[in-house]
Amino acid sequence: MNSAPSISSAPPPSAPPASSVSGKAVRPGDRIFLGLSRGSGIALLVIMAAIAAFLTVRSVIAISGDHANFLTYFEWNTSGPEPKFGIAVLAFGTVVSSVIAMFIAVPVAVGIALFISHYAPRRLASPLGYVIDLLAAVPSIIYGLWGALFLVPHLTGLFSWLDDYFGWTGIFSYADGAPRALFTVGILLAIMILPIVTSVSREVFLQAPKMHEEAALALGATRWEVIRMSVLPFGRSGVISASMLGLGRALGETMAVATVLSPSFLINVSLLNPGGGTFAQNIASKFSEADEFGQDALIASGLVLFVITLLVNGAARMIIARRKEYSGANA
Amino acid sequence: MKQLQRKNRVRALAVGALAVTGALALSACGSDDTSGGGGAASSAKAGNIKCEGKGKLLASGSSAQKNAMDAWVQAYSGACKDTSINYQPTGSGAGITTFLQGQTAFAGSDSALKPEEVEKSKKICKGGQAINLPMVGGPIAVGYNVPGVDSLVLDAPTLAKIFDSEITKWNDEAIKKLNPDAKLPDLKIQAFHRSDDSGTTDNFTKYLKGAAPDAWKHEPAKTWEGKGGQAASGSAGVSSQVKQTSGAISYFELSYATAGKINTVKLNTGAKAPVEATVDNASKAIAEAKQVGQGSDLALKLNYTTKAEDAYPITLVTYEIACDKGNKAETLPATKSFLTYISSKDGQNSLKELGYAPLPTEIADKVRSAVSALS
Repeated sequence: MNSAPSISSAPPPSAPPASSVSGKAVRPGDRIFLGLSRGSGIALLVIMAAIAAFLTVRSVIAISGDHANFLTYFEWNTSGPEPKFGIAVLAFGTVVSSVIAMFIAVPVAVGIALFISHYAPRRLASPLGYVIDLLAAVPSIIYGLWGALFLVPHLTGLFSWLDDYFGWTGIFSYADGAPRALFTVGILLAIMILPIVTSVSREVFLQAPKMHEEAALALGATRWEVIRMSVLPFGRSGVISASMLGLGRALGETMAVATVLSPSFLINVSLLNPGGGTFAQNIASKFSEADEFGQDALIASGLVLFVITLLVNGAARMIIARRKEYSGANA
Repeated sequence: MKQLQRKNRVRALAVGALAVTGALALSACGSDDTSGGGGAASSAKAGNIKCEGKGKLLASGSSAQKNAMDAWVQAYSGACKDTSINYQPTGSGAGITTFLQGQTAFAGSDSALKPEEVEKSKKICKGGQAINLPMVGGPIAVGYNVPGVDSLVLDAPTLAKIFDSEITKWNDEAIKKLNPDAKLPDLKIQAFHRSDDSGTTDNFTKYLKGAAPDAWKHEPAKTWEGKGGQAASGSAGVSSQVKQTSGAISYFELSYATAGKINTVKLNTGAKAPVEATVDNASKAIAEAKQVGQGSDLALKLNYTTKAEDAYPITLVTYEIACDKGNKAETLPATKSFLTYISSKDGQNSLKELGYAPLPTEIADKVRSAVSALS
């Protein structure tokens, strides 16, 4: 997983000296390729800068016209003479639903990945892998329809059970009604991010050094002990990166959330009662009827989502960097 | 229990099947096949359509008028082979935005232009400004699902309190008083509103504010501002939730109630008898409206406290928005000819079967003279 950044961060020692030492003119193929790759690199930076500039300019227009605190206000009203809107509810909903999704998806995904890489017979392993990868190809609106028509009606039982045993926590108290809550969103997102976490984890586990595993087996370790002592420590940073990829998808998911959730601009302590909202869902449901200022406001909320995603990815990179000694590059 | 689950499954299947067939039917409407596809109804009207202009006419806006536009476009392009009209139901806000950028010939909108939007339109309409032409009206039905209750009468304050979570049980005293004969169950009210911004919400809350200002404290807006309740996306979303959920109540265009066989509330407006949500009753309420626009701008203000017999005041009037002067020369003839057709008697009367309310004669006359003055 980490081999790519470590290669790219090292200075490329061979290319420039080769041409200067030999004294020969650089061949045209090299020059064209250099131009192309440099051009692509610069184009990427320009595009990113353009996006950032666009988002920032329109966000500044929106935030300066906001008559409430953009970060802490609990409502979204952009039309009218005194527009008042804030992202508190959206930030809460986005983070909480993604965290629920991670709690459910990561253990399951690691389990599936270990099963495919170390337990399953060959004949079963590769078809299972294909099926998991296929899950990633299902469009999110399909997940949304499935969630609204199948998942939601079947969750009432689980929700009442959670209410019976864990209702005292407040987080899991459930009043009757359609279970179209943040927890439902979390479950659906978990299913949606499962394939990406699974397939990356599986690749990492397969790369665990065979020598370590064989050594552990030779010492009389059981298969579980082999996995615990050699495969899991080796794969940890890979699993974290995989989870972050999944988290990225969960944070930005739009249509599935919009079909399953009953959104409102209230923070509900109970995750089982309808309410809350996410950035992407809010943008999707409000954009078509928004006037120009309303669109600016939605773009500002998109910028916040952008920043949150950057922070999450930064944190993940730091965690991975700290565990470098286990990464594939040093094995 | 098992029976119940099976029932749900059948219902889910039915919803899915409905969605698929609906999509197929709609895509059939949108196709370019204009060779008499409209059947007898549209070909009979074709004689009265005056074709002028050529080429492509782009328009976008309110999704509430989508079905009306589809029917009109089909009839019109059946008669006028040289013009193709493309109406995108992107929503009123987006429709106004693209119109103000000069990309479309006219826009459809659920609410009249704001003053600052009129100001902006002066850039696009050289020497003139944008005007609102009322074109499609329709009742917003309040649908409910209460077991054992087939007929329900409510008034504006009660509706406001229900949708603001102040009345939470179906056997509340206020509801009992209006329905002395109904067997109201001891059931929680599940009030559904739109999760997306919507002209329907805007018009419904305008009614609540206009007819019951003491009970409804929020300002009318496209965004739902009431307390509590649950949300679903689109009229299709809220109406299917009402169908599924026992104790539910919500608001949507009449056609969704008819299609879903959902019971609708009769309104106690102060008239002799409670008023039902029907196309004719909506037309009667629109006739009570006042013109608030200046000159050829025909923006209407509905009279929400009307006590006229059989006038159903929760109505939505959607507008076509065009420049009074300074329309683009290349699209002006076609725009005028199309708007003339849709505001004509034939054009308006073809709306009835779609669940829309034709404009009352007096307003329709004004719209026609405003259209013929476009330049």
